[in-house]
Amino acid sequence: MSTGEINRAAGASAPAAAGKPVLDVSGLTISVRGEDGARDVVRDLSFTLARGETLCIAGESGSGKSMTSLAIMGLLPQPAAYVSAGSILFGDLDLARLEEGRMRRIRGNRVAMIFQEPMTSLNPVLSIGRQLVEAIETHTALSRSQAREKAIEALRAVRISEAETRMKQFPHELSGGMRQRVMIAMALALDPDILIADEPTTALDVTVQGEVLELLRDLQRSRGTSIILITHDMGVVAEMADRVIVMRDGAMIENGRTEKIFKAPATEYTTALLAAVPRIGGGSGRQESRPPGSAEPVASVSDLQVRFDLRGGLLGRVQRRVHAVEGVSFSIRPNETLALVGESGCGKSTTAKALAGLIPYAGDIRVGGRDLAGLGKDERKAVRREVQMVFQDPFASLDPRMRVGDLVAEPLIIHKIATRRECRDRVAALFERVGLPADGMERYPHEFSGGQRQRICIARALALRPRLVIADESVSALDVSVQARVLELLRELQQDLGVAYLFISHDMAVVENISDRVAVMYLGQIVETGTRDQVFSNPAHPYTQRLIDAVPIPDPARRRARFSRMDGEIPSPTRAVGDEPQRVVLRDIGGGHLVAA
Amino acid sequence: MISYLGRRIIQSILILLGISLITFALLYLLPADPVRQIAGRSATPATVESIRRQLGLDQPFLVQYGRYLWSLLQGDLGRSYIQRSEVSQLIVARLPATLLLMLGAIVFELLIGLTMGIVAAVRRGTRTDQSLMVVSFIGVSAPQFVVGLLLLYVFAVKLGWFPIGGYGTFSHLVLPALTVAVMSSGWYARMMRSSMIDVLRQDYIRTARAKGLARATVLLRHALPNAILPIIAMIGIDIGILMGGIVVVESVFGWPGIGQLVWQAIQRVDIPIIMGVTLVSALAIVLGNLLADIIAPLIDPRIKLR
Repeated sequence: MSTGEINRAAGASAPAAAGKPVLDVSGLTISVRGEDGARDVVRDLSFTLARGETLCIAGESGSGKSMTSLAIMGLLPQPAAYVSAGSILFGDLDLARLEEGRMRRIRGNRVAMIFQEPMTSLNPVLSIGRQLVEAIETHTALSRSQAREKAIEALRAVRISEAETRMKQFPHELSGGMRQRVMIAMALALDPDILIADEPTTALDVTVQGEVLELLRDLQRSRGTSIILITHDMGVVAEMADRVIVMRDGAMIENGRTEKIFKAPATEYTTALLAAVPRIGGGSGRQESRPPGSAEPVASVSDLQVRFDLRGGLLGRVQRRVHAVEGVSFSIRPNETLALVGESGCGKSTTAKALAGLIPYAGDIRVGGRDLAGLGKDERKAVRREVQMVFQDPFASLDPRMRVGDLVAEPLIIHKIATRRECRDRVAALFERVGLPADGMERYPHEFSGGQRQRICIARALALRPRLVIADESVSALDVSVQARVLELLRELQQDLGVAYLFISHDMAVVENISDRVAVMYLGQIVETGTRDQVFSNPAHPYTQRLIDAVPIPDPARRRARFSRMDGEIPSPTRAVGDEPQRVVLRDIGGGHLVAA
Repeated sequence: MISYLGRRIIQSILILLGISLITFALLYLLPADPVRQIAGRSATPATVESIRRQLGLDQPFLVQYGRYLWSLLQGDLGRSYIQRSEVSQLIVARLPATLLLMLGAIVFELLIGLTMGIVAAVRRGTRTDQSLMVVSFIGVSAPQFVVGLLLLYVFAVKLGWFPIGGYGTFSHLVLPALTVAVMSSGWYARMMRSSMIDVLRQDYIRTARAKGLARATVLLRHALPNAILPIIAMIGIDIGILMGGIVVVESVFGWPGIGQLVWQAIQRVDIPIIMGVTLVSALAIVLGNLLADIIAPLIDPRIKLR
């Protein structure tokens, strides 16, 4: 059969009647074979998708939402996972029972999918153009040059500038947002009936997230594509969905119009899920604003500068420099939370690493009044104890081959603070403090959930009784309900122990809930800093305004017609040697609220 | 690119100098006396001394090494003690045979190893996978002279498909090249398997399948170029391992290459030949690695030569 015939065959089977749903899923059950027999990860799921509709499948990790989308695509990780009951009707075809050869003609052609991780979803060794053209050629009888034309058209449709030049570029030459737009172009190039988007904006920076959502919405309007949007983010649901399905533990627990579900959720779980969503502007768990204390700062950083040299040439001389952090100054007092916000590449994590003594830096860092630079090895180690870190990914930051009790005890042993015997008691106390079962000490990290693991990381950071804890995107990888509980724990620990936090995040809603003071970083420099109320009620720098505007609002009644658009890509912090970036000058606009002029 | 090549060539020269120094020192410290080999058993002490002086072997180590290096810089690898001819001529005469054997071995080991690795990765966890891995394990652990003799016995003696030994036609090449290739193909099969399994788990493979591409296209166009990257670096290193095998295999099959030359030279403590062959082999390894590093960015655009 030629590709043309294949296309017609697949086209003919697509639902034609306007009233009929594009997709009709009924009684879908997906099972996964495990060591102790098969287990259902999705149970008896039924829903329909109308033409031009956006259906959100919302739920937390493990709810079965991604499995559902893979089942529709016929991409379940076989042989472990399989559809054990039910049907997925696409027109007259049951996608759950379709043999691979015929499924392949539908996949990418009539039903397309985009994924969460744009950084890894494109093949690094093939050019953008080749990957796009390949998708078009697979399903049409177009010639190479016609397919190329169509690919360029698709790139233009997703608002990629200089589309023809981009065709020759490779994925690593594009930013995350651009890559996700390429993925969307690839998915929509053949005008599919259904687009499945699995957490399409979760891995993107907030300002880029807005753009991608808007793009999806616009494309859907002009083409009438039906979208299944899989997300954990109720803000995204409110912005996008016509209808919502809420899933939990593999079952649908709620199904209805978006406005209805947000206004009057029928189940307790949905109510709790909505309540846990951090909101800007007097949301749920926002803490009282506290007057700045007058105590000596726990840590102060002044004129911090971190640069990475890029070498090249015959003699390996420094040719270019990454100006990761340029002249950053701040101080943190006991019992205070300073939030450092900005998007990927702005230098916030680098600042944290310098403060924790993990990378070389220039400038002045004082911890407990002592300058780190002038200290000997032992003294420096003692100062190190005062500053501990909790990282973003609780799955990657715990050694999988160590018992969690030993992981928490390790800092005590490294710093020779306690004997093994004393350690046990201290670790048991820490476990209790962060809300973990004491019998968990003997178990291994993989036996814990993401939230529990982050609690283990927090216990480990607290083991040395530090005065400052650096939380680097520590709640970003967690489900909202878990996130809310971990934030609550951090708050409690601060009240009890008086520990200070440097809270690094890209999520303005979370920052608004937890911080006392906020510093906004852009291209290695702080462009705005002040108390939380100053920054959030009167954001003065355009970049701060954009960050705040970009946060999706979990209220369908306040849906935005347009997201604030970027003026282009953020410039690169990599510069030629001798080409120093211009330092911004901070100006006080009242009450210690500093803004770059 | 040019400055990268320049730097790499300077590095290569330094490496070769280091190798020449170490090899020279090892041969100097050797308890076997080359002069005794040349003079024969019945020679008088006076004859022995005069030969020693003639060859300059009575000089201190640094002087000897300095002299060797000086002639080396002029392109002179010295004269063989026993064969009475220029080392460079001996090597040039035998190098083509060795290079041919090496090329044959690389082709075989890649064909066998990569195919086994890909098949095992695609069918991982199945019987096929398990048996392929057992075969590769046997390949890695079997001594080369045993493999050589076994192949000779089965395919030359019993079946008569290939000649027993000698040099000249393609059929002469098959068994020796296969013998050299067996060990490395075991390594390649295992490396390719794990590399391929890793790549098949990547998100971009899922994307490729989501486009509706055929299984073979996904495997060959999307997975293979990514999976083969670590293997390419391995080929550069592999040339060194091949050299070791070639010395044995050339003796077993009577293949007239530099392996045989150096084997005889070692037995007779013919230092100039040992030095010459060592340096030529080292050069081959250095060039192989350089080549591998130059090929890598042609496959992976993320790699930049700086």
